[in-house]
Amino acid sequence: MQVDTLELSEKFNLYGCIQCGKCAGGCPVSMKTALDVRFLIYEALVGVLPDPAHMEELWDCTCCFTCVERCPKDVKPAELIIGLRSLLVESGTIPKTVTDALQGIFRQGNPLGFAREQRADWANGLDIKAAQEGCELLYFVGCTPAYDLRLQPVAKSLAKTFQKAGLDFGTLGIEETCCGNEVRRVGEQGLFEMLVEDGKPLIESTGAKRMVTTSPHCMNTFKKEYGLSGIEVIHYTQLVAQLLEEKKIQFSNKVERKVTYHDPCFLGKQNHIFDEPRAILQAIPGVKFVEMDRIRERSVCCEGGGGRMWVEGTNIQERLAFQRVQEAVETGAEVLAVACPFCLLTLEDAVKVKGLEDKLRVMDIMELVNLAL
Amino acid sequence: MESQPRIGVYICHCGFNIAGTVDVDQVTEYASQLPGVAVARHYTYMCSEPGQNLIKQDCEEQQLKQVVVASCSPRMHEPTFRKAAQAGGVNPGRVEMANIREQCSWVHKESHDATEKAKALVASAVAKATYLEALEEREVDVTPGVVIIGGGISGLVAALDVADAGYPVYIVEKSDHLGGRVADLNRTFPELEPVSDWLPSVVERVQSHPNIAVFLNARVEKVDGYVGNFRVQVSGRPVPFSVGAMIVATGYNVFDPKRKPEFGYGRYPQVMTTLEMERKLAEGDLTVNGKTPKDIVFVKCVGSRDVQVGNPYCSRVCCMVSAKQARLLKEQLPDSRVTVFYVDVRTFGKRGEEFYDEARNAGVLYRRGSVAEIYRKGDRVVARVEDTFLRRTLEHEADLVVLAVGMEAREDVTDIAELLKLPRSADGFFLEAHPKLRPVDTAMDGVFLAGCCQGPKDIPDAIAQAKAAASSSLIPLIRGKVPVESATAVSDPELCAACGMCVDVCPFGAPSIDPVWNVSVVNAVLCKGCGTCAAICPSKAIRLQHFTPEQILAQVDALVW
Amino acid sequence: MGDLPTSSPDPLARASKPAAVVIGAGIAGIQAALDIADAGFPVYLVEREPSVGGRMSQLDKTFPTLDCSACILTPKMVTAGQHPNINLMTYSEVARVEGEAGAFRVTVRKKPRYVDEDKCRGCGDCAAACRMTGRIPDTFNQGLGKRAAVYVPFPQAVPLIYTVDPEACLYLTRGVCGKTFKCKDACAAGAINFDQKEQLVELDVATIVVATGFDLMEPRQKPEFGYGVYPQVLTGLEFERLSSASGPTMGEISISGKKPKDVVFIHCVGSRDPHTGVPYCSRVCCMYTAKHAHLVRDKLPEANITSFYMDVRAFGKGYEEFYDRVKHERILYRRGEPSEVYRRGDRLVVRAEDTLLRKSIEVEADMIVLATAVVPRTDVAQTAELLGLERSPDGFFKEAHPKLRPIESNRPGIFLAGCCQGPKDIPDTVAQAKAAASSAMVTLSQVSRSRAA
Repeated sequence: MQVDTLELSEKFNLYGCIQCGKCAGGCPVSMKTALDVRFLIYEALVGVLPDPAHMEELWDCTCCFTCVERCPKDVKPAELIIGLRSLLVESGTIPKTVTDALQGIFRQGNPLGFAREQRADWANGLDIKAAQEGCELLYFVGCTPAYDLRLQPVAKSLAKTFQKAGLDFGTLGIEETCCGNEVRRVGEQGLFEMLVEDGKPLIESTGAKRMVTTSPHCMNTFKKEYGLSGIEVIHYTQLVAQLLEEKKIQFSNKVERKVTYHDPCFLGKQNHIFDEPRAILQAIPGVKFVEMDRIRERSVCCEGGGGRMWVEGTNIQERLAFQRVQEAVETGAEVLAVACPFCLLTLEDAVKVKGLEDKLRVMDIMELVNLAL
Repeated sequence: MESQPRIGVYICHCGFNIAGTVDVDQVTEYASQLPGVAVARHYTYMCSEPGQNLIKQDCEEQQLKQVVVASCSPRMHEPTFRKAAQAGGVNPGRVEMANIREQCSWVHKESHDATEKAKALVASAVAKATYLEALEEREVDVTPGVVIIGGGISGLVAALDVADAGYPVYIVEKSDHLGGRVADLNRTFPELEPVSDWLPSVVERVQSHPNIAVFLNARVEKVDGYVGNFRVQVSGRPVPFSVGAMIVATGYNVFDPKRKPEFGYGRYPQVMTTLEMERKLAEGDLTVNGKTPKDIVFVKCVGSRDVQVGNPYCSRVCCMVSAKQARLLKEQLPDSRVTVFYVDVRTFGKRGEEFYDEARNAGVLYRRGSVAEIYRKGDRVVARVEDTFLRRTLEHEADLVVLAVGMEAREDVTDIAELLKLPRSADGFFLEAHPKLRPVDTAMDGVFLAGCCQGPKDIPDAIAQAKAAASSSLIPLIRGKVPVESATAVSDPELCAACGMCVDVCPFGAPSIDPVWNVSVVNAVLCKGCGTCAAICPSKAIRLQHFTPEQILAQVDALVW
Repeated sequence: MGDLPTSSPDPLARASKPAAVVIGAGIAGIQAALDIADAGFPVYLVEREPSVGGRMSQLDKTFPTLDCSACILTPKMVTAGQHPNINLMTYSEVARVEGEAGAFRVTVRKKPRYVDEDKCRGCGDCAAACRMTGRIPDTFNQGLGKRAAVYVPFPQAVPLIYTVDPEACLYLTRGVCGKTFKCKDACAAGAINFDQKEQLVELDVATIVVATGFDLMEPRQKPEFGYGVYPQVLTGLEFERLSSASGPTMGEISISGKKPKDVVFIHCVGSRDPHTGVPYCSRVCCMYTAKHAHLVRDKLPEANITSFYMDVRAFGKGYEEFYDRVKHERILYRRGEPSEVYRRGDRLVVRAEDTLLRKSIEVEADMIVLATAVVPRTDVAQTAELLGLERSPDGFFKEAHPKLRPIESNRPGIFLAGCCQGPKDIPDTVAQAKAAASSAMVTLSQVSRSRAA
């Protein structure tokens, strides 16, 4: 496949690059795969970029955007990778699992292979208002929390918490469709634009002033890439922390556990939300909060983003999630708290593979909140 | 307005800068037809000697009364053309410029449009010229003496030159000692002699100099006046100092590495800044966490060349500082491994490159790559970095990480900046009057810059600049007189209602209500000719010379019609 | 020295005010002279070329502001030429220096122009008429252009007075110029005067500022780059002349009329290289190469521009931002110091290892610009001896203390300004020149006081 490197260089502003290597140096997968984004930039600049169809490592990128956050010259290296993925999408040379996920989103509004009509099943019995009738707060559930049995308790916990706080909230029910954050990041720009075209008016028509999401991935794309007007997009940790501060909810039960927290890339690194999740955890009575070493801006990516829920990657032997749960265990924590559905699934998987079930439990913050409320 | 204007119009080619886009022949032809124009010419470089002679000769031979020069911005050559006209017997106030370069040929590509615009600009200038009046050239006496704000090396060196030349110097230093940041250093590159070998003698010379008075723990609180006659109020001193010039030598701030959380500064005791390392080298205690480091890493460009923290500029000295400390560490801990991670090595100064060679020959390893992150591994730390030559990301273990933190503009000098109305460049440091040709002058006459407050630099460059500031200060002091702005505001007592609005809005304190006559009087020496008072005066009693309503309206009419 | 010591009356002779001599009237000398003169002291500004301006007058635009060099320099040149306290002595050289700080006696040799300075109006008719017009290599244009035997170095020269080149003039070299002197015939002012002789002027001054500037390394010292063999290989200064509106091609970037499609810039040619005897960094080349790349992009929007470097030393105020800007203009920076240039057909090939690509590469070019090392003037040894100055190991004049006294020389009362002390850019040169002026003013003030006492 021929790539117009001149066009790439101009489109992605590669000329600004001074080849410092901070991108590759901070890239979570650069030591375990052949992906060297600095080198890719240089190859593009000097016009010797090999055929991306032969670069399997392009699918290793988790889109954690550490490279984008740290580049001293404001080049966005991850966008080049997404750009190359776009070219592969256009030419049809993408992994089959990605194609399946995309087709699922296109047809049924979710990548998990479930029917659209079942999307609101998790809320049965919870009596949640339809946001289309108008509400102050739109709760965007997300595909994984809606359909995945492991994540549904998180959504339920959130709904219950909002009800307890007396918030005027609603969900889009079965009209809710995939936010498209991962769609754009695997390079399917066309489908992403379609999702925005349909999703934006739907969201704005609810009249909500605020929109809260379960997943930081959804929050990220709604906040930065949808161009929504008149509605503030926040993650649930921001809202719940605020509710605690305003005393709209109170914790009455104790949770006697040693807890540590993993900063998800899309919440922490990319949106600089570090304190609210910690505030919630530390407000839970009985919780002994400990920090790992690699926290906040230096958190270790779980390898769940950037389409990695659909693609194994070129080097599965040393999943970063394994290293991460090990680090959690070493702090003496019994619970590894997370605030992202992908982190939850990948880290829990790692605990199982490493046989650490009796040492560490991976739980979403809302599961702990549920116990404490 | 003159009864019969006789205007000479000169269109400059500026090589190809103007003539490459604007049809100068056409513009000259057009200008010659304008009312009041006696002669219109064009020439390649009006600012050159023959160009100026054209003006001078025409003024004499053609009995011109006004001169219009269509060329570059007046900021470049207004004084030049005023002098040329004056040499030909035309008052410099009767010179008007049309900017057909920065405001025309440099911003418009299409030749036809640019030429039409140039014509319009020339017509406008000619229209104004018919109303131009003579301006009075003024000089004021200069009070001998200089106030120097800042007692670091730059302030000290500037003080010595001014004092040696025989003039009083007042150094106002806000800390309790002289010597500034240099006093905190151990040894300096490239000679590696200890600071204690030479700095104390400079301080001593300053303290014992009969012409220098030092005020420690003091700040400048108020500045009144203008070049040649500043009145500087210093904290703790009942009487303000009267001086002819001021030098700002307030130095710099060190970048706070906590703003780059990925380096773990403040979390790991093994991570420190170059300044902290300097103290350790001075004290001779190279242990870290109680142990002698075996693996030392230098991280460069911390807070510099980095748009993420808002500092896109280079801090100029850090490459040499890193080389220096790396070399000293390697020499003192020969069994250790010292690695400097870099993107570019900027050892540009005199003996700088040789110093870099010596550091490498001493065993310091230079690896190309920018450290992305520091985290802990047991009781050591790890630097995660891609070696861009090896094309491999490494986890480089270390016992000591030195962050080469950059320089930033001081925050606590906003008071000085406001007092002296000093503008800043995009990088936050004080802005010099012209980046190439006037590196120590500021927009405020009589106020000069020295040292790092103008931008990062090493000691020799700071000293040279401090002496340059001294030179700029000495000029008015030695001459005893200094020229002041002639296009100032004038108030008509017949029209003035003494409402006081002019007094309120003037940034320079030039107008005041005369207590006897109860009308506004503008101090022609304080006035900088900004025109704010003229704009706000409800009675139109104040007119700004060289920008009168008749002149401006004539300009507008010429443009519109 | 000669046996014709016809000393001319000193127009600045003022018994009460001590004077200074500034040797060299580039930007450093001009700035130093202006500061000292503005303070009210008389200054003799001695320049051996026919005009003041020095290297800066050879530049097109200056980094990082892209100010046109002539535009910012000429006002200073003109001011220096017209300043009541400055006695401009162009086409003159210092022949001898005796005495000490506070009381130097400087002998200046005024070379004969063979043109009467009071009569010449700078019209240029003589040059147009000269038999040798268009045949003499023009040193101002680095040999890229041609001029006549009677000339002004550039159109904005100060003073704008023509000079007969004694090495090019047929009459002066061979004793005859056809049947008649074409120049004399053309000159309406009757200014040509072949009877002029050199003059020696003795000046009593209190202090001396040395601002004699620099030269560029002879590029043939790096023969692997093919300079002198391939006409498409230029030095940075030659490029400045090409790019200048007042240059031999009127600002068009072309070699023998052909505009290049692929332009390659090579940093560090001779600098940082013990083999050439230049182990030091020349300090300005990274920036002027970035500037050159920008100028090429400005004039040749479609050209492929590559800049080979080892380190990019964009250290000054606004420099890093300029470097960023230049790269965004689609100028490719490739890391690696080229080792060779050779020909392939009618194109040139630059061979280098791209150290980031980890591969040896060949880049084709039809114009190659070498950033040659800044070195001391070729006659620096003679100047040093004349003035009694020591030199650093790098060959430039030595400062009394590298840190504390960067402008004082080993000889009290003689101060250094500009590149004669070491390579530097214009802002640093101006600062240093003012620094030298400050030291000079201290001496002058002290002498002034002691005379008054």
